[in-house]
Amino acid sequence: MPDPIISINQLSKHFRVPVREGGLRASVVSLFRRKYNTVKAVDAISFQIDPGEVVGFLGPNGAGKTTSLKMLSGLLYPTSGQLSVLGFEPSRRQSQFLQQITLVMGNRNQLAWDLPAIDSFDLQRSIYGLPADQFKQTRDEFIELLELGSLVNKPIRNLSLGERMKMEIVGALLHRPQVLFLDEPTIGLDVTMQRRIRTFIAEYNRRTGATVLLTSHYMADVEALCKRVIVIHHGEILFDGELSCMVEDFSAFKTIGVTLKNGTADLRRYGEVLSQEGSRIALRVPKSATSQVTAQLLAEQQVDDLTVEDPPIEDVIEHVFAQGGAQEVSL
Amino acid sequence: MNQSGSLLRMLDFYWTNMKMAIMLEFQYRVANYFYMIGMVVEPVIYLVVWSTIARAQGGSVGGYTPGAFAAYYIVWTLVRNMNIVLTPYAWEGRIRQGRLSMELVRPIHPLHSDVAFFAGWKIVAIILWLPFALFLSLIFKPELHPTWYQIVAFFFSIWGAFLIRTMLLSLLGMITFWTTRVGAIFELFFAIELVISGRLVPMSLMPEWVQRVAAFFPFQWTFGFPIEALVGQMSPSELLRGLGMQALWIVLGLVSVNLLWKFAIRQFSAVGG
Repeated sequence: MPDPIISINQLSKHFRVPVREGGLRASVVSLFRRKYNTVKAVDAISFQIDPGEVVGFLGPNGAGKTTSLKMLSGLLYPTSGQLSVLGFEPSRRQSQFLQQITLVMGNRNQLAWDLPAIDSFDLQRSIYGLPADQFKQTRDEFIELLELGSLVNKPIRNLSLGERMKMEIVGALLHRPQVLFLDEPTIGLDVTMQRRIRTFIAEYNRRTGATVLLTSHYMADVEALCKRVIVIHHGEILFDGELSCMVEDFSAFKTIGVTLKNGTADLRRYGEVLSQEGSRIALRVPKSATSQVTAQLLAEQQVDDLTVEDPPIEDVIEHVFAQGGAQEVSL
Repeated sequence: MNQSGSLLRMLDFYWTNMKMAIMLEFQYRVANYFYMIGMVVEPVIYLVVWSTIARAQGGSVGGYTPGAFAAYYIVWTLVRNMNIVLTPYAWEGRIRQGRLSMELVRPIHPLHSDVAFFAGWKIVAIILWLPFALFLSLIFKPELHPTWYQIVAFFFSIWGAFLIRTMLLSLLGMITFWTTRVGAIFELFFAIELVISGRLVPMSLMPEWVQRVAAFFPFQWTFGFPIEALVGQMSPSELLRGLGMQALWIVLGLVSVNLLWKFAIRQFSAVGG
């Protein structure tokens, strides 16, 4: 087994946040008597990630995903716990460490707004001290992979959101980092652009063997890229394991799709009818009853076609969040 | 990487960043010109007031004739351009809005980016300043007869002024890590700087006690000294001493910035991304 490239043990980040009630009176009182709340953005989380893994880091807004990524990339000092990335302590922000990582935030730009991306790429070259030939080769390779072509000569401000995001990703990867922290890299993009960026990340991971930790609210990103997911909620880890295991463990229902030979029938006694389109009916049944209901349908109805599917990943994740800290699972 | 490799890499970074700044500022040359027009108003007011006083007092004030004042305040405009640096307001913005995050994940200190970018901007500023200087000279007829060593000292002193002010305003800006807003402190700094730097009036015209107080602060090395280096009657040894004082303040500033940074960065909450 290779040594983990990311190792976190009992990592916490607590923020002390001033609070006061609304209104002028409370505002004046707060001048003399300030009250603070401690917000546990991340609370004693532990996990390890091996080299080359692509891991989805999932959770609702405010769960602690971005705070964790910021600690991993050295932006924030942890309140407590141990943290190691590539053998470095990120908060020390040593040059050798920063040289090997990248952080992409879907809502943040690092390229110069008023200049063509090609100039910003050159600045990245100088920041990371890349040899000219290596830089040129990587840059051209990425431009081709993302089909950016002549767009690199247009000022960033004149590009669409999707084109800008592709440029940001190229800029962030020119130094060929070994560890990628991607925070909502496809946020706000259309489906085609999301798919292109996903494909690029997968290709980068395949070619370089880089480790990727990805947060995204788009489950299509997670399904396409991540074999393993870590689910975090209220600063605590609810699940850490393979995506397929999460579906297995947390989906209380299955969807049975039935196509009837005789057109239509009332199937409500078998389960909750989710949809009916012509002779095709979708039923939601408890997972434990799936075999029994399937057998009954085949015995009692004239079935032309029958499929049993897991529920959409979004539903499973929602179910995990709903369970909150009630059921902490670690695989 | 060996030391010469590191140095070459740093030089390459500075040059690339300066090129970016030059491209950017040329792109906004009209805006830059209007900015410069606004900036020239301040010394022209000082110049007109002091020239009038000099004439009323029989031709000079404290040894400054209208022509000497003209030289002082026209050179002032270049020195002012040179010592414009990233303001504490900009520091406030980059910290409060979390823009600093993207700079912190780079293997290079943000201060290098600031210095390199503004150094590039200076080159554009000097080019844009030349027509202004010519225009002001035609109107106010400055008395300016610098020696070669004054010109050399002036060249180094304006870059020294730039670096000292970068350190000072970075220190101020970094207070935002604790206070979130630094505007009020900056205004106080600005008021003190105006009086004891040579910006408002040549330091030699200030009361003696003000000059003694000013000697303990770095401000005169960012304004008064570079101007006097070109327009005054300084001997080579006085010029060298002045450049030495600038170097001292740069080193002091650098040490202070590094020290404060070590504590300040722990306060960064990387909000807003």
